[in-house]
Amino acid sequence: MLKKYFGDYGGMFVPETLVAPLKEVEQAFIAIQDDDVFQRELQDLLVNYAGRSTPLTHAKNLSKIAGCNIYLKREDLLHGGAHKTNNTLGQALLAKRMGKTRIIAETGAGQHGVATAMAGALLGIPVDVYMGSIDVARQAMNVERMKLFGATVHSVDSGSATLKDAINDALRDWVTNVENTYYCFGTAAGPYPFPSLVAYMQRVIGVEAREQILEMAGALPDAAFACVGGGSNAIGLFSGFLEDDTVQLFGAEAAGEGLSSHKHAATLLKGDLGVFHGMLSKFVQDADGQIAQTHSVSAGLDYPGIGPEHVLLQEKERVTYLGVTDEEALNAFELIAKQEGILAAFESCHAVALAMREAKRFSKDANLLINVSGRGDKDLESYVRLRGAV
Amino acid sequence: MNRFQQLFSDVNKKAFVPFFMLGDPSVDESFELIKAAIDAGADALELGFPFSDPMADGPVIQASAERAIKAGCDYDSCIALLKKIRAYADLPIGLLLYYNLLYRRHDAYQELARVGVDAVLVADMPKEESKEHEAMLAQHGLGCIHLVAPNTPKARAAEIMSRATAFAYVIGRYGTTGVSDRLADDLADRIQGLKALSDCPLVVGFGVSSSEDVQAIFDAGGRGAIIGSAITKIIEKNCGNILEAKKSITTLVESCVKTGE
Repeated sequence: MLKKYFGDYGGMFVPETLVAPLKEVEQAFIAIQDDDVFQRELQDLLVNYAGRSTPLTHAKNLSKIAGCNIYLKREDLLHGGAHKTNNTLGQALLAKRMGKTRIIAETGAGQHGVATAMAGALLGIPVDVYMGSIDVARQAMNVERMKLFGATVHSVDSGSATLKDAINDALRDWVTNVENTYYCFGTAAGPYPFPSLVAYMQRVIGVEAREQILEMAGALPDAAFACVGGGSNAIGLFSGFLEDDTVQLFGAEAAGEGLSSHKHAATLLKGDLGVFHGMLSKFVQDADGQIAQTHSVSAGLDYPGIGPEHVLLQEKERVTYLGVTDEEALNAFELIAKQEGILAAFESCHAVALAMREAKRFSKDANLLINVSGRGDKDLESYVRLRGAV
Repeated sequence: MNRFQQLFSDVNKKAFVPFFMLGDPSVDESFELIKAAIDAGADALELGFPFSDPMADGPVIQASAERAIKAGCDYDSCIALLKKIRAYADLPIGLLLYYNLLYRRHDAYQELARVGVDAVLVADMPKEESKEHEAMLAQHGLGCIHLVAPNTPKARAAEIMSRATAFAYVIGRYGTTGVSDRLADDLADRIQGLKALSDCPLVVGFGVSSSEDVQAIFDAGGRGAIIGSAITKIIEKNCGNILEAKKSITTLVESCVKTGE
């Protein structure tokens, strides 16, 4: 579970000051993989605190519309409201074991910030969260939740004032407070060992979903769908099926106002290779290599980079990545609410929209699995602003 | 021998190295300011290419990069500026940039060598990732500058310094550039510790803001001292008044250069 490179991608491109702390994380990560005490403690938290396993729901009404069977992996029901909790409980335990007395995190939609703040409150470790000021405004409810859990939220005004800038400032904090601080990275991206570490914490999604659909549908899914921002919920789901050649895998990237519009966050589809945020990966950037400002209605997907493993999976054509526009995502937000009574996050609605679009290519007894990575309460205000009162 | 090796070949030479972000506050004014530093006797230059996301830099250098980009200073403008600076003076020129800019540029190393750059420091490239970069530098006769951080273990520091063909850039303290305006208390001990490991010239940056700091670094055994944010603050304060900025930079550089004589 510890890869420095995924094909040619990944690596650890950081200033010298961050090498020592990253190596410390690497060593701790290696140690916990075979540590029964750690694993038992994490398992206990995942089950008795966070509520794992999350259900698999056969979405009968969506299935009728899709013309095949739709199954929803319900990470929206995980404590905290998104898959992020899988990662933060694991990393916060790791931080505690490493003797760190302070945790920092970046957040886009606020879900990773909330999940880190929660874990910090639970384990008694102070948390500082960096969040772009645009995201602070569009995800105000999550900011209040973080504060209630005792975290300090730093609003970041530099650059595009979104997730990329929040990561910049979290890295700046880490360079300054290396000795006592643990950086709880939110997605399967960034410098080694974070892509591996976060994927390790999120693989539970795929492991559970595989067992559940085998039991419920009596077969592996024909296809599995997840949204891709940095790529953590997707890598978590996909990891359960990478060896199953019959399972087609789809990643939904944020096409914003359209892939030809320049207002999107479709890194895999429109980005180019580069080195940024500690990794060799794909980025939305200009010809000189200046990182571009992205756009998506969903703050969690509004990021110009992507985890390196996804670049390899795209190159190997193991996963098909396609764009979903803001408009399509909002339509899916309404659809899954009206048909299934589920309020899904804007991020997750990209996966829902993609599955509903691709469904016509499958026969009527096909089984499609969608990761509902988070719940949509945080997006209700934005929805009303964009589409008017419900 | 490249210009940095020449500079440090005199073991008693103490070098003051001002840092400038190319293109701040505009491409033309940037040249005027750098010229002022050269005229005031700067021993070498450390020059930055503006990058959209300078994650190792504090607010002052971030704002500087932003001004330069806004003023239209792209990679081609940086190259043009470097040519102009090289035509004006023969002092050693080191670059400090983020790797993505080099990674994206076709024939980057060849081009930098051609315009008279002497050495390159990549802010976000530790030794684990730098084999190819070092090979490209060597192939084109460019010197290599590597960072040594406060938390770099001894054995690692020794290896880094053995690979730094121009000089080792000693990060004076934890943190980003320019946030604290005082030197770390243990800096002298660190310099002594590093000197015991290698003959590689040690040039200190981060947290250096005055001629007193420069003096302290030289006294502690540093071969060079870099001031970046303090100079950039002068530019920020005098954006509308380039003559005033030139005057302040001249005064600062002169006082620092005097320290080393």
